[in-house]
Amino acid sequence: MDTSVNEEIREIHRRSWRDIDLRAVAPFAALVLLLILGAIVNPNFIGINNLANVATRSAFIAIIAIGATFVISSGDLDLSVGSMVAFVASLMIIFMNSGVIADPALMLTAAVLFAVIAGSLCGLANGLITTVGRIEPFIATLGTMGIYRGLTTWLSQGGAITLKDPALQEMYRPAYFGYIFGVPVPIVVILAVTSVAAFILYRTRYGRHVVAVGSNADVARYSGIPVNRVRTIAFVIQGLCVAIAVLLYVPRLGSTSATTGILWELQAITAVVVGGTALKGGAGRVWGTICGAFILELVGNIMLLSNFISEYLIGAIQGTIIIVAMLVQRSLVRKS
Amino acid sequence: MRKGLLGAAAVAMMALTGVAHAEDKKVTIGVSIPAADHGWTSGVVFHAERVAKLLMEQHPGLNVIVKTSPDPASQANAVQDLETQGIDALVILPSDPDPLVNAIKEVKGKGTFVAIVDRAPSVNDNTVRDLYVAGNNPALGQTAGEYIKATTPDAEVVVIRGLPIPIDQQRQDGFDKGIEGSNVKVLDRQFGNWNRDDAFKVMQDYLTKYPKIDVVWCQDDDMAVGVLQAIDQAKRTDIQYVVAGAGSKDMIKKVMDGDKMIPVDVLYPPAMVGTALEMTVANFYGQVPVRGVYTIDATLVTKENAKDFYFPDSPF
Repeated sequence: MDTSVNEEIREIHRRSWRDIDLRAVAPFAALVLLLILGAIVNPNFIGINNLANVATRSAFIAIIAIGATFVISSGDLDLSVGSMVAFVASLMIIFMNSGVIADPALMLTAAVLFAVIAGSLCGLANGLITTVGRIEPFIATLGTMGIYRGLTTWLSQGGAITLKDPALQEMYRPAYFGYIFGVPVPIVVILAVTSVAAFILYRTRYGRHVVAVGSNADVARYSGIPVNRVRTIAFVIQGLCVAIAVLLYVPRLGSTSATTGILWELQAITAVVVGGTALKGGAGRVWGTICGAFILELVGNIMLLSNFISEYLIGAIQGTIIIVAMLVQRSLVRKS
Repeated sequence: MRKGLLGAAAVAMMALTGVAHAEDKKVTIGVSIPAADHGWTSGVVFHAERVAKLLMEQHPGLNVIVKTSPDPASQANAVQDLETQGIDALVILPSDPDPLVNAIKEVKGKGTFVAIVDRAPSVNDNTVRDLYVAGNNPALGQTAGEYIKATTPDAEVVVIRGLPIPIDQQRQDGFDKGIEGSNVKVLDRQFGNWNRDDAFKVMQDYLTKYPKIDVVWCQDDDMAVGVLQAIDQAKRTDIQYVVAGAGSKDMIKKVMDGDKMIPVDVLYPPAMVGTALEMTVANFYGQVPVRGVYTIDATLVTKENAKDFYFPDSPF
């Protein structure tokens, strides 16, 4: 009897392992389908230049979505990330324009540190309002979304904030447009951030706590997990990821405006969900998230490259493709 | 003779007091505009304040109150507040004209002079306003189209649109009219949402899709920023130039400096709120007829006239 129970437990384990594996693979299956569709639509699509473009510009949403994976896995939600990008980027540019440090290289280093700290503090604010203030994360971050956006509009007086020093601009430009061993820098950054995130989520105690809190906060609390600290740190990780996205965003156009990052929060959440993370928390898939962000960007790219889709219908077709991609995933998981 | 002299002196006296009276004439003008939420509206705020200051220096009796509001509901409240402060004229750039018609009519019904700027309500006659100062959306497209037709008659053009709303359609129709009867060919039209980042993406995809593009028409200066960056990144040399529009300081500066990629800009100036303000003041102090509709041209900004439209201190 003992052995049969053990056998059963092992069987359940085996089954759930298989389950998790397929769920993790499913977004990639959807990605492959999209790639095939794209190649049919336009032969230029499959060119290395185009795919590199798409991967590169998915970097902002992908990196933000990595942070969102932590927040969502722990059962929370952060709606403020789009505004936070605009706010942190504006602060960073204003800092660089202030000219407090004369040497451009030192200035850039200081600005990078400044952005990272600013982003983390914004995340910390979200976390503390949600946990210490005990406000629903949806409402808390809806509030900070307005705050960060409003502050950005105020800083820019509604216009644009532009990096003025040409020497700094020239030095910073490769951070988005440069290459490392032939790979665009933003893609390298995505891979680095994802690897670190995967390590934290899957291999550390903190990562296991995140998932535990997300599946059932009460059980986690009784098991002695400091629930509020885990949730707050997830928000700080989100803020840090926003800061990293900003570090790539600023060198691209060298300026921000009141419309920077509008609706990026929804794109980030969509990327997380398309990537296989449940919106209700309790499971996180960082590699799936990256895949989700790439899928979102690809859909837009395919639409634009096609010659037969009316520009008025793009929104509708994007929505359809996302739903179909989700259905493909679902059916793959069920079949197993 | 004496009588005549006295009479003349009396007339002169009257004329003098008349002048003095006109100088001190107390006029209060309320200006209601949307809050600065993107480049163009920030320009509106800048120019409303700039022209208000200028006019108050010219006319000591004049008081201009500028109020900004983020949405139609709060703008309706702002109009009411201005009215209770006792205004002789209202200059309004409505964030959304139709929901504000009643608030405007209320003011107008009290005998206040009303000038509407840029966005007209569906019923736009003298029951709602005395003066309407408008930009010219069809002409913005047409001027760009005509320039492209004249400069590069066989150009293959990609178009980046704004958002699917009526003024965008008017600009597109104007553009088609502008290139009519030439060999200018529109390869593609896609929406860039009047946003730098989206325009960057659309342009990247255009560059992938079309091996040869002669001209980009993106009708908006903000979008031009993204377009230029995408072209620069792809290191493509086939694109001869980009035509944007509005009149932001960055693009006007490029035109002024003779930038090869931005040879011209098409005006849709946020300073038009200043035009309305000047004309309203002329109604009171100059006693000149200003009632009616005044449409501002979509002027082609070239290297020669660029300095007239350059405001380095403006946020836009």
